Amino acid sequence: MSAEVLPYTVKPHPVSGLYSGKMGIWLFLASEVMLFGALFSTYIFLRVGDPAWPSHEETHLSIPIGTINTLILITSSITMVMAWASCKMNNIAKAKMWLTVTAGLALAFLVLKFSLEYYPKIQHGNVPSKSTFYAIYFTMTGLHALHIIGGVAVIAYFIGPGAKLWKTDPEYYTNRIECTGLYWHFVDLVWIFLFPVFYLL
Amino acid sequence: MSLKAFHLFFMTVSLVFSIAFGLWAFRAYRADGQTMNLVLSVASMLFAALLIPYGIWFLKKLRNVSYI
Repeated sequence: MSAEVLPYTVKPHPVSGLYSGKMGIWLFLASEVMLFGALFSTYIFLRVGDPAWPSHEETHLSIPIGTINTLILITSSITMVMAWASCKMNNIAKAKMWLTVTAGLALAFLVLKFSLEYYPKIQHGNVPSKSTFYAIYFTMTGLHALHIIGGVAVIAYFIGPGAKLWKTDPEYYTNRIECTGLYWHFVDLVWIFLFPVFYLL
Repeated sequence: MSLKAFHLFFMTVSLVFSIAFGLWAFRAYRADGQTMNLVLSVASMLFAALLIPYGIWFLKKLRNVSYI
């Protein structure tokens, strides 16, 4: 029934060579590139156009915390791909374990971000309305954090209720994990650019 | 592009970033002498060094999986 409604969920389409989910996620990621691309452009224009842009000492961004968060996200990409590889090797228990580790690393990122970066800044009055820097900082990192939360929700679904699909159609489930992994890698890639832009340059 | 291909791209970007950040932190250490910058530089370089064998292992493990 589902194959009639949405064809090529498992086998690749003869023209594109991609199954439907992969085609969909790449179209979605293309729109995400435009969204974050526009925000990165905005940041560049704001920074170049403002002679009083705050220095690193004035922004109070912690490079060690940013570095730890970067390492956490790179590691989470590795664990995400391990989950997909485990599905490919027909080992659902291991796949669920790697998905749980990925979600745990994502939550660790969020806890560090909110407790050691956002909370102290807000407490000291460094809110988006204070300056152009804090406005663009909270917009871009906040949007990224929302993407992390969305990713955790999807991963949690595939560990829990979504895992039922493995029993009926393991290849379909594996493809869904691959799509989740593509999204997750994109979100991590955005952070790899956000970190130097805000913390180092 | 499959997750395998995107992962390899991501790991390459991560490797370049780790080396660049390691050099940046080392330069900062030489400029201000702060131990934290030296720690960050060494940690980043070590992480970059670990990514290379991981990449080779990953390619071997998923050699039968398509790049498309």
